[in-house]
Amino acid sequence: MVNTINSGDTAWVLVCCSLVLLMTPALALFYGGMVRRKNVLSTLTLSYIFMALIGIQWILYGYSLAFGKDIQGLIGGLNFTGLKGVGALPNAAYSSTIPHSLFAAFQMMFAVITPALITGAFVERVKFISFLLFSLLWATLVYDPLCHWVWGQGGWLKAMGVLDFAGGTVVHIAAGFSALAFALVIGPRKGFGKAPMEPNNIPLTVIGAGLLWVGWFGFNAGSALTADGVAVNALLATNTSGAAAGLVWMMLSWLDGRPSTLGIATGMVVGLAAVTPASGFVTPLAAMLIGAIAAPISYYAMRFREKRGWDESLDVWACHGMGSAWGMLATGLFATTGVNAGGANGFFFGNPGQLSIQIVGILATASFSFGVTYALAKLLNASIGLRVTAAEEEVGLDISSHGERSYS
Amino acid sequence: MLKKIEAIIREDKIADVKDALTEIGIVGMNMFEIRGHGRQGGIKLAGRSGTYQVDMLPKIQLNIVVSERNLEDTIAAILKSAYTGEPGDGLIFISPVEEVIRIRTRQRGQEAVMYPGDIDEKKGLGRVRPKP
Repeated sequence: MVNTINSGDTAWVLVCCSLVLLMTPALALFYGGMVRRKNVLSTLTLSYIFMALIGIQWILYGYSLAFGKDIQGLIGGLNFTGLKGVGALPNAAYSSTIPHSLFAAFQMMFAVITPALITGAFVERVKFISFLLFSLLWATLVYDPLCHWVWGQGGWLKAMGVLDFAGGTVVHIAAGFSALAFALVIGPRKGFGKAPMEPNNIPLTVIGAGLLWVGWFGFNAGSALTADGVAVNALLATNTSGAAAGLVWMMLSWLDGRPSTLGIATGMVVGLAAVTPASGFVTPLAAMLIGAIAAPISYYAMRFREKRGWDESLDVWACHGMGSAWGMLATGLFATTGVNAGGANGFFFGNPGQLSIQIVGILATASFSFGVTYALAKLLNASIGLRVTAAEEEVGLDISSHGERSYS
Repeated sequence: MLKKIEAIIREDKIADVKDALTEIGIVGMNMFEIRGHGRQGGIKLAGRSGTYQVDMLPKIQLNIVVSERNLEDTIAAILKSAYTGEPGDGLIFISPVEEVIRIRTRQRGQEAVMYPGDIDEKKGLGRVRPKP
């Protein structure tokens, strides 16, 4: 076998492993700052633990289920368990210019952050052991199959031609709709809608948002798996969408009275999430539109779920779920082979069929992730329970779950 | 007779009030940060999307224990320096204090709230006798 590894691509993707890994602590900070003080450590831990949990699960069998030998287009086999057969030589199915092991390492970082995103739905009341069990099951039964459908060789959505450059479906729609399902089962926090639940440390959240933006270049531009023009396009599209969404959210916030720092930071993240599936297929100009439209979509999705009384506490569904659903649609509108010859054209570039393919991708991902998560949550709720007791929730999870005080 | 003054004032007035009290010679005091409201209607804060109402606003409570003879002077200093004219200026509560004991010297009563250079010395009413 000829070794076709290219050191430029390899070096770039190696760096992106660190950038995407950074996004998990960044997410922890982003979420942590938004909860009440008595739950900040718990919220941080809900994200951090995935670096450890998926760090092991992925090596043992996660990578294999996602990217292993295809079974009926639905799941990978066990041929890559323990990362056997995943070595220094490239796997042409996924990339011929970087080591197979690097592809697995890079993908691991996506598998780590996706379940961490969901935690925003159930902060301040979830029982730690139930959360750990749920997370392991979710990674195995939702993430790994979904990943296979969209990115795995033989995956049915990939074969259908669904365009998802860096994880609009696999990461954001999956996390968003799973979050909604879980929130509906676990129920709202005590006092939700009546007592004010002020963010305890907005600076933490803003730091998190900034680090997420930086890491997102690894997430999107790294998904090119090459150090070339497509990667740069992804970087520019990512940056532009985040910028546009940040500005639009600022204006929406201003219309409410005063433009909030939290709103601006949230808007930026929404733009970054929305452009994720499109980043390697659309122009930066199109990305501007994607971000600008993602902001009001997520903004009003937030208002909608607040009005319905759904305590999907940190709005994973509104921001990531709905934002990226729009992003997937936008990919079907604005994708052009002018940006990425390895992609396809979208609606505005003479290929209206792509739009319907994208819609199938969105619906399949949303319904699968929502359905399986709902079932898992119901099962766990009926057996070991999802929530802490009322007293434990009252005193705060930092003390009741972890025996710690955040600021002594 | 000893009296305790609990003055709930605006956060940004603490520097002015402290200066005013130091000027007339009130030395001993402590404060803590509280939240509360009277007629002041709370504030509308901006969230991620939309706004939310917060009713309890941050204030400072200043605690001072003085001899009755210095009470009116102290109150006057606080009233003058803590005033803005807007709702939310605060309240002053006065209550009797049964006993005061200085830990270092075991002095009790009025002696325990007398200090070198304080209001009593300025009025020529008493001299602090240092205890061994």
